[in-house]
Amino acid sequence: MSKMLAIRLMRLVVTVIVVSFVTFVGTNVLPGDPVNALIPIDAQQDREFVEQIREEWGLNDPMVVRYGRWLGDAVQGDLGRSLVTGQPVTDEITHRLPITFELMAVAVGFSLLIAVPLGAFTGYREGRRSDRLISGLAQAGLSLPVFVTGLILIYVFALRLHWFPAVGWNRLSDGLGPNLKSVALPALSLAITEIAVYTRVLRSDMIATLKENYILSARAKGLTDRFILFRHGLRPSLLTLVTVVGLNIGFLIGGSLVIEYLFAIPGLGKRLFSAIQQRDFMMVQAITVLITVFYVIVNTATDLVYMVVDPRIRRTN
Amino acid sequence: MSKLGLPPVITRAPSRLRRGPRNAEQMFPGSSGKSRFGNLFGKMPWLTKLCFLWLILVVLAAALADLIPGLADPNYQGFVFGDGKTNEGPTASHWLGTDNVSRDILARLIYGARVSLIFAFSLAAIGIIVGGTLGSIAGYFRGLLETFLMALVDTWLSFPALIGLVFITTMLGMRNLVVLVLVGAVFIWPSYTRIARATALSVSGQAFVTAARAIGTSRKRILVREIFPNVLPALLAYSLVGLPILIILESTLSFLGLGVEIPTASWGGMINQARQDLLINIWPAVWPAVTLFMTVYSFNNLADWVRTQAAARSAAI
Amino acid sequence: MAVSEEPTYTSTSSESMGGSEILRVEDLHTSFFLPIGELQAVRGVSFSLKRGRSLGIVGESGSGKSVLARSIMCLNLGSNVKTSGSAFFDGRDLLSLSRREMRRLWGTEIAMIFQDPMTSLNPMVKIGRQVIEHLRQHKNVNRREAKQTALDLLNEVRIPEAESRIDRLPHELSGGMRQRVSIASALACEPSLLFADEPTTALDVTVQHQILNLLSREQRQRNMTMVMVTHDLGVIAGRTDDTLVMYAGKVVEQASTDEIFEKTQHPYTEALMRSIPRTTHASHTPLAAITGRPPVATHLPAGCAFSPRCPYVQPKCHEEDPPLVSIGTSGHKSACWYPVGSDANREAFERNLSDRLPQTLAVAESLDADQSSGIPAGLPDGGIA
Repeated sequence: MSKMLAIRLMRLVVTVIVVSFVTFVGTNVLPGDPVNALIPIDAQQDREFVEQIREEWGLNDPMVVRYGRWLGDAVQGDLGRSLVTGQPVTDEITHRLPITFELMAVAVGFSLLIAVPLGAFTGYREGRRSDRLISGLAQAGLSLPVFVTGLILIYVFALRLHWFPAVGWNRLSDGLGPNLKSVALPALSLAITEIAVYTRVLRSDMIATLKENYILSARAKGLTDRFILFRHGLRPSLLTLVTVVGLNIGFLIGGSLVIEYLFAIPGLGKRLFSAIQQRDFMMVQAITVLITVFYVIVNTATDLVYMVVDPRIRRTN
Repeated sequence: MSKLGLPPVITRAPSRLRRGPRNAEQMFPGSSGKSRFGNLFGKMPWLTKLCFLWLILVVLAAALADLIPGLADPNYQGFVFGDGKTNEGPTASHWLGTDNVSRDILARLIYGARVSLIFAFSLAAIGIIVGGTLGSIAGYFRGLLETFLMALVDTWLSFPALIGLVFITTMLGMRNLVVLVLVGAVFIWPSYTRIARATALSVSGQAFVTAARAIGTSRKRILVREIFPNVLPALLAYSLVGLPILIILESTLSFLGLGVEIPTASWGGMINQARQDLLINIWPAVWPAVTLFMTVYSFNNLADWVRTQAAARSAAI
Repeated sequence: MAVSEEPTYTSTSSESMGGSEILRVEDLHTSFFLPIGELQAVRGVSFSLKRGRSLGIVGESGSGKSVLARSIMCLNLGSNVKTSGSAFFDGRDLLSLSRREMRRLWGTEIAMIFQDPMTSLNPMVKIGRQVIEHLRQHKNVNRREAKQTALDLLNEVRIPEAESRIDRLPHELSGGMRQRVSIASALACEPSLLFADEPTTALDVTVQHQILNLLSREQRQRNMTMVMVTHDLGVIAGRTDDTLVMYAGKVVEQASTDEIFEKTQHPYTEALMRSIPRTTHASHTPLAAITGRPPVATHLPAGCAFSPRCPYVQPKCHEEDPPLVSIGTSGHKSACWYPVGSDANREAFERNLSDRLPQTLAVAESLDADQSSGIPAGLPDGGIA
């Protein structure tokens, strides 16, 4: 257990260093000068001024030196200042992180709430009409790109019905109602794909589990179907789902970038998007690293959940 | 069966590709002498048949776009030259109407298919070649190389591909199809490598590989003649699942304005352009969205069907 | 296949309970509809069983014996399974009961023990719970009472330190212990009919013996009716009152267990007996396995299903399927045109021997081996038990 965590921690550190270094190198090797972010084009005619700025931001040092400096500061919790606004990057991240986090958490939570019963039910009714219908819908849900789902929801529920705002975000501090209203459509857009994925995964595992002998022997004991389904069938079938939820966080991060762009939500994804376009490398670097850390932590958490679900692993540790 | 009661030594790889079934009778015992394709197609459920026909239609239209008589120029803006209107409904010359800058929607759909399909198929091919080679080598030769490669793959996969793609395509500034495919390749190889390695690992433990080694076949030859041909089917199956994801990826990039440069037609780009005027004219958004959905759905449906067929066949054997 | 109207067993062997009929199966058919065609797993089986007696159903894997047991219990779940005929339990036809009515019988009146205790116990649920949930489903008992009953049961099936084992997971116990747990769970609601489907096949030889003894003891003490399904004649020898030999979904021979061993009628039963390893044989005597493979149930041969592997096979066997007919007055029945021990059988054997039929030659070879070790063919000496 503690050994596993230690290995995970080591991998996290290595991954973060590799990813941040690659991003760093990327920003330097690929075309696009950070000076463009610092100074307006017309001011760049003044060579001396440009040199002064470069010196000031340490852009003239060798790449490795600059990376080392960034890493040293980052370890101390200082992710530098935005090249565009001059504000500390950490401030902006802590301001925007809760928004993205809420969006993703609501999406995943809602998806699981819908997908677990659906997956268990369709697995139980394999081949029946209800299963074919739901599985067909799941296949369709899987085929809808996030931005198309988002647009459909915006058109129907915001532009036509006016039930929800089409764009923007109300923070939790603005009240629970407005906050929920602004999270509903974006989270649902993300959730449609996730529901489809989760349902299919759980369904196929459920079908396999229900063919196990212990299900037959439970049936021979005269237990009710519902009891068998949830007491004996669900738990062994959850293992793959747990892994998939963890792995899908990657897709979800990408998806939330698209959704934040579409719904104009001031979250991390949208900031990353604009930072890339503005060549605000400090911001890009910081958000990228944050996402990587988040991803690795989620996958470690996945393994922990695994242990909770499967008592066999818990016991042997 | 030999006199000793031992099972016959399998000295040949059971690869369907190297020594594939010669005719339909071998592949589907009991079937008539119809062609293999006719047989496969005949066995499909009606919905899968429709999907298959739709995909053929899309591929043909994309491939032969330049030869279709009477098809409008996808970039021709009629209203500029005084012989067309913006946001027009269906007419004899514009079957699906025109968009908000008076371009023919049907023509743009067809040329957009080209972008989507070339992107998806090229990346799948690159994944198979690069990932297949690396994975086979890692899975068969094992050792330090495998450890290193797989650590790299794991790290790579912990970085959301969409964000990487957004990052690089923005940095590059120029975005033609070749560049997009090359950038995509940076993110496509790890997943293929992982699958190839897992398959190679299990293949190399089988009797025909041991047999090949026992008669003194060189390791390189075993890799090329025995391992790779047996890794290939797994990769092909994975590609079929991966194609719709790649199509979604391309359309998402285009939607974010990071796909092929405008005015080149692409489905995601068309949707992005149409979304400002949803309340004025929804059709320029509906057509590409429906086309995109139908294409992705068809791939998913076909992939599911192939998977159940393969499962049924391995169960029957 | 003829449906027998008279009670099939007029017991001649051991303790006669003289009890009432608890189970009567009539012309039971079970088919699976697969993509490759209809698989007839059970093809018209009839028998009856009296309360408190035990029946062994013997046959190779694929002979339909497990499917028969599950069909009677209505446990052949799946939309591609079709069962016809009837199975009367205490006068009620199980095959016509609704699922809800059936569920009330499952576990309380009829229970089943499965082959592999590793897979028939849920690997993620503590063994105690798996016994307790059974009790709580059918009996109006609270958690503590159920736990106490479960403990008593675990003690009864001789699980040492049951108190501490009750919270273990299945994989933390040995195979034999796990099967004891399955038995305890099956016995929890005191069923009157117990099916044991290959209960010892997945176990070590030494453990098999203990489990079989445990089952026999419980059966006698509880005056329970037991059906033991096995591929091993040695398992039922001296344990069950009656025996039913199945081949390719049909009953080929049925009689009291003693009679089956003493007056073997069907060539298939004889072949099964020959494949029991004997302790008196020299350690390297080859086992007389049955030549050939059991038929694929989707492509049954014409005539007698055993004909392609029978050492006494004659042209008639390929043409006509022999009916199950009574032999003598003891309720012994067999389905063969050339029953073992008859003159016709001896003639057929000689004829096939001179035709050098492979399966006949194989039998002749093993007969030579038996004679050299001084043991008459066809009689087991206790089998493995």
